Amino acid sequence: MIEAGDPWQLLMFPEAASSISSRVDHLFWAMVVTCGLVVLLVFVLLLVFSIRYRRGSRADRTPSARLNSNHWLEIGWSVPVLVGFLVFFAWGAVLYLDLYDPPAPADGNVREINVIAKQWMWKFQHPEGVREINDLHLAVGQTVRLRMTSQDVIHSFFVPAFRIKQDVLPRTYTELQFTPTKVGRFHLFCAEYCGLQHSGMTGEVVVMSPPALQGWLDRQGQTRTPEQDGARLFRSYGCSGCHAPDSSVHAPNLAGLYGKPVPLANGTTVRADAQYIRDSILLPSKQVAAGYPAIMPSFQGQISEADVLKLTAYIQSLTEQETDPP
Amino acid sequence: MSALSRTDAAEPASYLNAGYGLKSWLLTLDHKRIAWLYFISITGFFFLGGAAATLIRLELLTPAGDLLSDNAYNQMFSLHGIVMVWFFLIPSIPTTMGNFLLPLMLGARDMAFPRLNLLSWYVFILGGLFTLTAVVAGGIDTGWTFYTPYSTMFSNGAVLAAATGVFIVGFSSILTGINFIVTTHKMRAPGLTWFRLPLFVWAQYATSVIMVLATPVLSVTLVLLGIERAFGIGIFDPALGGDPVLFEHLFWFYSHPAVYIMLLPAMGVVSECIACFAHKRIFGYKVMAFSILAIALFGFLVWGHHMFVSGQSIYAGVAFSLLSFLVSVPSALKIFNWIATLYKGQIRFDAPMLFALSFIGLFLIGGLTGIFVATLALDVQMHDTYFVVAHFHYVMVGGMVSAYMAGLHFWWPKITGRLYPEMWARVSAIIVFVGFNLTFFPQYILGWAGMPRRYHAYADEFQLLNVFSSAGAGLLAVGYLLPLLYLIWSLRYGARASANPWDARGLEWTVSSPPPVHNFARVPRVEHEAYAYDQPQ
Amino acid sequence: MTSRSNRTTVIIAHQFESADQQLDADLLGMWLFLVTELLLFSGAFLAFSVYYHQYSEAFSAAAGELHWLLAGFNTALLLTSGLTVALAEQAAVENNRRATLGLLALTIALGLAFLALKGYEYHSEYRAGLIPFLDQPFAFDGPDPIHAMLFYNFYFTLTGLHALHMIIGLSAMGVILVSGYRWRDRHRVARQVRIAGLYWAFVDIVWVLVYTSLYLVGR
Ligand code: HEA
Ligand code: HEA
Ligand code: HEC
Ligand code: CUA
Ligand SMILES: [Cu+2]
Repeated sequence: MIEAGDPWQLLMFPEAASSISSRVDHLFWAMVVTCGLVVLLVFVLLLVFSIRYRRGSRADRTPSARLNSNHWLEIGWSVPVLVGFLVFFAWGAVLYLDLYDPPAPADGNVREINVIAKQWMWKFQHPEGVREINDLHLAVGQTVRLRMTSQDVIHSFFVPAFRIKQDVLPRTYTELQFTPTKVGRFHLFCAEYCGLQHSGMTGEVVVMSPPALQGWLDRQGQTRTPEQDGARLFRSYGCSGCHAPDSSVHAPNLAGLYGKPVPLANGTTVRADAQYIRDSILLPSKQVAAGYPAIMPSFQGQISEADVLKLTAYIQSLTEQETDPP
Repeated sequence: MSALSRTDAAEPASYLNAGYGLKSWLLTLDHKRIAWLYFISITGFFFLGGAAATLIRLELLTPAGDLLSDNAYNQMFSLHGIVMVWFFLIPSIPTTMGNFLLPLMLGARDMAFPRLNLLSWYVFILGGLFTLTAVVAGGIDTGWTFYTPYSTMFSNGAVLAAATGVFIVGFSSILTGINFIVTTHKMRAPGLTWFRLPLFVWAQYATSVIMVLATPVLSVTLVLLGIERAFGIGIFDPALGGDPVLFEHLFWFYSHPAVYIMLLPAMGVVSECIACFAHKRIFGYKVMAFSILAIALFGFLVWGHHMFVSGQSIYAGVAFSLLSFLVSVPSALKIFNWIATLYKGQIRFDAPMLFALSFIGLFLIGGLTGIFVATLALDVQMHDTYFVVAHFHYVMVGGMVSAYMAGLHFWWPKITGRLYPEMWARVSAIIVFVGFNLTFFPQYILGWAGMPRRYHAYADEFQLLNVFSSAGAGLLAVGYLLPLLYLIWSLRYGARASANPWDARGLEWTVSSPPPVHNFARVPRVEHEAYAYDQPQ
Repeated sequence: MTSRSNRTTVIIAHQFESADQQLDADLLGMWLFLVTELLLFSGAFLAFSVYYHQYSEAFSAAAGELHWLLAGFNTALLLTSGLTVALAEQAAVENNRRATLGLLALTIALGLAFLALKGYEYHSEYRAGLIPFLDQPFAFDGPDPIHAMLFYNFYFTLTGLHALHMIIGLSAMGVILVSGYRWRDRHRVARQVRIAGLYWAFVDIVWVLVYTSLYLVGR
């Protein structure tokens, strides 16, 4: 938490406030102890040899056949090192895969938040439509998934207390999923150098109890959700002219598209995720759906990143409606 | 050599008094004089980079960004990184001690291509001038990594001039690398087989291989960056579907091997010093030679460990992590073998040995924390924080610069024919060791607690450790300024050195100090392995 | 110094023991240099193939606009010049002054012809509005013009880089031609022609790579 007391405690044992933090910390301390022992061993050997075999000392120096080269000894200290390394590698890799390819939470309930980074601020939009800048309010215990993109250069979303970090790239979506486990206020930093005010691109993640978050959301006033906005934009940008079910243009029906595999004209198949939808809108000729003419115009330069995210949310909602009809 | 036409009787003929005019230095083809040209230029760059570091540390005394503006701070760490990496550390040991010693250690009269050798110094200076122009003309604020699209589309600094400077200095590296490889292959004295070469030569050789294989990739990457910025020929531009992550791949494909350019020469120097001051053969000579090659070659396979959170495929991340662990095994082997060399030795603690021992200790800590950041889940926390800053200063400054100092003191009598004041040198070694740890150890803790790097202003709770770090930097500055003074002093007032003041082994110690112009009157014939400390020289 | 004593026959730089050692060193040096040059191009080719993989349709369509026949003719010119320079080397070894100089001049002429044709090609691309930078109007009318731009960026970068290397090689041969005109030291000329020829072979090989990957693949 930001307003904690003892600086040493704060620095050596930084706040651990997400479901993954303490697992990372265990690995960290295991490595500190192991490597600390190695350092100790090396320093003790250096010291002992330095004293014992200083020039002029009376230590025993009878030469032996193995004094200058001894492969068994070399193997003897390489193999434990290798084994130690492999243990740490595997431990770190398993945790990493858990972090970046996380299982869906048990209750299936994930709160999706859109993040747009730009020089030098963070813009968030909640699923309820509430927007905030630099601060992000979350509920304790609720799994969050961020869908992030940048309007300009590369930034990086970093919350030390959660032990998470992910670069935020222009024209590409990156995602990050985590579960806060502690109520409090935590630093949010931009970790990738992004120009003049890189060090000012900071904020706070405010973790509250779920009712408190609800109250906070309510207090932000009435807003439209990204899906509702998206539906409106879908009409105003003219998408519905081709994609509406009753349209005369031969264009794919977007209901049920999200998350499904899409066969492409070039014979390959891709999964219709957010990145695919984004590319379909801005760079339609990159991947043309099989069986359709490549007539969709590019909207590059006409639709902002924020609106693309809203359109995506809308298209995504079409799928959810289809799978569980109201 | 009997002609004493221009030398006074007190001074024996040597490469130093073979000519006095400026021209005799600036147009020299003698590898020993070219080494001096480099000595002087990289010392200048080191103190320039050090001055930038001083400003960085002063700014970071307080959490608020008060001393420097944000723009000035960004320019400071970019300048610091660019100058220290390309204009000091990469050329450091190879172009000075490498240039001076390689022909001597091989029993050759000069490098294979003396003209190319001089040319590469001029190319180096040209690159330096471009980079200095960048500093004057608006500064450079991209960090030493030049990440796109910031560097191509957004920065207002003199990116082109700086990138051109780095591009040009790359050719200097390439030419030096080619020269060293050819010299090692073709110029060895009779009897000097590969496994009789000193480890210093092995290290120079492996370093040159990396220079030759990796630098061109950096060159082309900078070309692509340059034409994108200058003419809008977008290659990485996301607006054309270009991929900024591709730039990162290309950059690190060079820059990870480059960190071994900054390490292997150090390992060579330290091997020479340990053997000499323990007065004993290096333990496991062949394994030491092969592990140098292994580090050089496997070093090409791990670049992706700088990009664990960049959005590259997470499975690629897993592979790069595994390879990073594997590439560390030979380094571990070397540390243990150096220690085994001390066993039953006759150890003396002259200044070069003190620097060499601090290399072992500091490189060990730096290397082990390299293992921390190679561990995927930990790097997620540590990437782009001060933990990484501490890691690389431990290996680069604690490691390479310590080894540079070790080598400088070790061969100073050979290079100049003078002894430096031993007591001051020991004092400086100790100050550097203490100052270094005080500067950079706190940064590990800062990084673990989450302080991001390249931050001009930071959160209040990080102040305490930053104050330690800045204080340490002051001590470090003293430790580095001292040698500057007493080494210059010794040029005039130092006692004269004999041909072999340390009772070391190796061909370079068989010629007079300083060596004659053509090194060897007669080409030597080598009958022993390196480090024959059980035989008299 | 050994070099002075036998100056009349072969000039050996002072650091070498024998002419063989010197030639060996020169050749190894040149080979290493060529390796670095190849790596230089391979960085750009790597980037190209990554994008080709992603945008193969757009890249193929864009490649279709290039003058592949003209460039094919150019390829033939360049390969011929590779032959002439090899013959020049042979002639130099045989101490045939006229043939050496003549073949060198022919090589240079072929190289210049290549560059002239290449310039014509650039010009016609300029006229067709296929230059996506320097604020030129970009008039490509195939599908996916954005990624076609990316293709043309690579096209101009790679061919430009290659042309730059041609100019370096041609200048080197020009220098040899002028300095070898007096035929003072035939060993020296032979060594120089051999090294220049090695470089020229490299320029040829890179062109073949450029030609196949930019003009032919995806046609
Ligand atoms: C001289 C330069 C140098 C050297 C030698 C190294 C050596 C190593 N480095 Fe380092 N590194 C840098 C310079 C260097 N590095 C720089 C400049 C950066 C940052 C660039 C930037 O972003 O600006 C960096 C960043 C960096 C990163 C990216 C961090 C990040 O940005 O997130 C990683 C990740 O894997 C890494 C790993 C390693 C590893 C595994 C080694 C290994 O080679 C270390 C091997 C040595 C040992 C491991 C010690 C000996 C081992 C033992 C005695 C055995 C102990 C036994 C057990 C523990 C069982 N380095
Ligand atoms: C390669 C070699 C190298 C060397 C030798 C050093 C040496 C030092 N470095 Fe450097 N450093 C890097 C390479 C190096 N560094 C790189 C690559 C980066 C990353 C840059 C980036 O992010 O892009 C970096 C970044 C970096 C940072 C992080 C900045 C940030 O992220 O915001 C810091 C902060 O403390 C720092 C400190 C120091 C210090 C105190 C020294 C000391 O060891 C320096 C000691 C020397 C002196 C102190 C000189 C003494 C002389 C004088 C004091 C005379 C001065 C004269 C006048 C003032 C007129 N360095
Ligand atoms: C001129 C008609 C037209 C307009 C206007 C149009 N589209 Fe399309 N769209 C198409 C056609 C035809 C395809 C199928 C071919 C292709 O993939 O390019 C398509 C494909 C798509 C796909 C990929 C669907 C799949 O099955 O792979 C998405 C997503 C999409 N459009 C969204 C939009 C959005 C959002 C808009 C408005 C901003 C829009 N479209 C405007 C004609 C149009
Ligand atoms: Cu945004 Cu740094
Ligand atoms: Cu690395």
